[in-house]
Amino acid sequence: MILDFIIGIISAGIPLAAPLLLAGLGEMFNQRAGVFNLGVEGIMLMGAFVGFLVVLTVGSPILGLLAAIAVGALMGLLMAVVTVKFKAQQGISGIGLFMLGWGLSGTLFRVYIGGITSITGIKPFSFPLLGKIPIIGEIFFQNNILVYIAFLLVPISWYVLNKTAWGLKVRAVGTNPQAADTLGIKVERIRFQCIILGSMMAGLAGAYLSIAQTHIFADNITAGRGFIAVALVYFGRWKPAGIMWGTLLFSLAHALQRSIQVYGINFPYEIAVIIPYLLVIVVLALSYKSQLLGPVALGKPFIRGSRE
Amino acid sequence: MSEIISKLEMKKITKKFPGVLACNNIDIYLKSGEILALLGENGAGKTTLMNVLFGLYQPEHGKIFINDKQVIINSPSTAFKYGIGMVHQHFMLVPNLTVVENVALGLIGKRIFKLDLNKVRKRIEEVSKEYGLSVNPNAYIWQLSVGEQQRVELIKVLCLGANLLILDEPTAALTPQETDELIVLLKQMAEKGRSIIFISHKLNEVKAVSNRVCVLRNGSLVYEGKTQKHSVATLAEKMAGREIYMPTLKEKSQANSPILEIKNVFAKGNMGTMALDGLSLTVSKGEIVGIAGVSGNGQKELADVINGISHIERGKILLNSKNIANLAPQQIINKGIGYIPEDRMHEGTIPSFSVKENIIMKDYNKKPLSKKMFLQNSIIEKYSQKLISNFDIKCPDNKTMCASLSGGNVQKVILARELSRKPKMLIAAYPIRGLDLGAAEYVHEQLLEARSENVGILLISEELDELLDICDRIAVIYEGKILEILDRDIATKTKLGLLMAGIKNEKKAI
Ligand SMILES: Nc1ncnc2c1ncn2[C@@H]1O[C@H](COP(=O)(O)OP(=O)(O)O)[C@@H](O)[C@H]1O
Ligand SMILES: [Mg+2]
Repeated sequence: MILDFIIGIISAGIPLAAPLLLAGLGEMFNQRAGVFNLGVEGIMLMGAFVGFLVVLTVGSPILGLLAAIAVGALMGLLMAVVTVKFKAQQGISGIGLFMLGWGLSGTLFRVYIGGITSITGIKPFSFPLLGKIPIIGEIFFQNNILVYIAFLLVPISWYVLNKTAWGLKVRAVGTNPQAADTLGIKVERIRFQCIILGSMMAGLAGAYLSIAQTHIFADNITAGRGFIAVALVYFGRWKPAGIMWGTLLFSLAHALQRSIQVYGINFPYEIAVIIPYLLVIVVLALSYKSQLLGPVALGKPFIRGSRE
Repeated sequence: MSEIISKLEMKKITKKFPGVLACNNIDIYLKSGEILALLGENGAGKTTLMNVLFGLYQPEHGKIFINDKQVIINSPSTAFKYGIGMVHQHFMLVPNLTVVENVALGLIGKRIFKLDLNKVRKRIEEVSKEYGLSVNPNAYIWQLSVGEQQRVELIKVLCLGANLLILDEPTAALTPQETDELIVLLKQMAEKGRSIIFISHKLNEVKAVSNRVCVLRNGSLVYEGKTQKHSVATLAEKMAGREIYMPTLKEKSQANSPILEIKNVFAKGNMGTMALDGLSLTVSKGEIVGIAGVSGNGQKELADVINGISHIERGKILLNSKNIANLAPQQIINKGIGYIPEDRMHEGTIPSFSVKENIIMKDYNKKPLSKKMFLQNSIIEKYSQKLISNFDIKCPDNKTMCASLSGGNVQKVILARELSRKPKMLIAAYPIRGLDLGAAEYVHEQLLEARSENVGILLISEELDELLDICDRIAVIYEGKILEILDRDIATKTKLGLLMAGIKNEKKAI
């Protein structure tokens, strides 16, 4: 019984981590390049809605995901133009982007769909043989394809950031853009690329919620996950593995909270729901803070020749 | 590597900033193997002119020629392509990357994937061998000292194949020994056919290193000629446009009623070790006491504890025989201690505040500047205007942000604030660091003036000339203690140098 309970939590927690991981890794690229994108939540909402709409009308989950990524790219482009080209304050612009995504997705949903409609979407599949292994199979080998992609992106992101020429440019641009500029690196171009890449991943994360997780769309379906993803980037000290541990911690807490309700354990539901969020705040407050590791230029627009 | 630059010319370069003509129709040239010193007071336009050459700024007018062909340099990468490299006044290094990664950044260009750090490491090793610039390629920049970072900057430009090197005040943060090493190195590079533009306002260095000088004043080229023909004094005159003489103390003060007494003080530094280790020192009214020492021997902590910025563990600090140790900074200010901090941009002023606001920073809550919580704007206005003219602070108006002033003028803002409060005791930490001679002259005149008004002054400095010029007594600080105090008539550079190295008995050492 207790074992079942634990396995239940872990196997429910892992797929819940996937959208946070996608959005968090995307935000990591943003922040590593020195741009703080608070609009992730809004991008996720738009990704969730557009992905859902495409699957509903065309029937193809792949097309749905691609559409979500495309819409993410567009919103990222908007963010990049506003904050990098026109050097607007990043925090405020991000909140604006969030409001835009939230309002637009909700309105379009009401106009074109209205009520709860469900789609087929993407379903978990069981690996032949591996999926049949007791416990391990249930936890690791019975998920949908996007979960594997999300976790694969952890080492891939690490590699891109630390072992490629582009990754080196990103790290430089986020820490000392003036220095990068004097070495002939196009600071603004790198920032554009990172914002758009991050936003595409946020769009995909949103589509995960509607296409792979719930198979529906509802207003505010993300329920703050975009903001949690931003917090988890800090939690993970801008490192892919750190972010992964953060998302797992959060989503296991989330799964625990759900199980408490499902198993009818006598525990106030209102408190259970806030556990994961509380956990993130506490861990953030307690986590080790070091100036040296972070992108020091985070949040500051780059203006050649400006004096601080 | 790019083509050797046998001749570089900048013709009629004009660059404006809002409200400032930073470069006005400037012509300079440079041949290979030559070291050109670009001289000028703070704000003369040296950095701006070089940023134009390096492609960071686009000039309003003017052309650049390399080997008699006109070139357009509109970005640093174009500058690199022509073999021009620049070591900036503020180092352009990414602290959380390693030395190799910093160099690699300049070499990868448009590449996206391939990052061959081993190749870069080899290149660094070649260059450091050729010029004797040792550095650990795998160290992170934040782990390196300022001198080492300077070396990384040089290695970086050399690895990028620069034939023409621009060095913008490269010695500003170096120790005298590191400076000497750099000068040798630059000469060696010039012998190999590279050309070098060396910016500085330290004239001894300019004399030692350069073949030719160009002097800028207020954005215009006012002199060009061979270095040999000049003495330090004539160069200083060309820079300032007037004769400069550094004021010196005529006679030793006779006053011996102590104002500040530091008795056996122990205090911890940033690292948690005892930075002040039983330090004792007395300053009398109307006396300037210098603190000489290699930086990091407790100078910073000494200034901090006197001003209440950090606490002492044991001992006493008496002002007028009353203990002020471990009081809050505000209380110490009110008791009459003035402070010219080491870091004038972050401790001494709030850069984003106006000159006016910075001037009233210590008295804004006192009459007559404020009454019943309300700032008295018309009084503040008059007061700040008066100080701006008394202290000759050059700023467009009193609402100008301190961040946009030159170092010398920021220092004047601080002097104006501290001296006009009529302190009993003044702590001045490195008050002329980074200032040109004209500004330094002014600061020293003000300190001497305060001395004649019976203010006790503690002057912390790393420049022995400064200490020998204006101090009554010079105390040498070593490992948190005062090793010895010399009267001005017996103090010499040699004696001080030995004491600073911790060698107390001169005869034994020699
Ligand atoms: N980016 C900038 N924006 C506005 N004014 C500037 C800027 N850079 C320099 N200036 C102004 O141009 C003048 C020349 O500055 P600079 O070239 O830095 O002098 P120097 O290097 O000789 O000390 C100064 O008056 C300075 O305030
Ligand atoms: Mg300069």
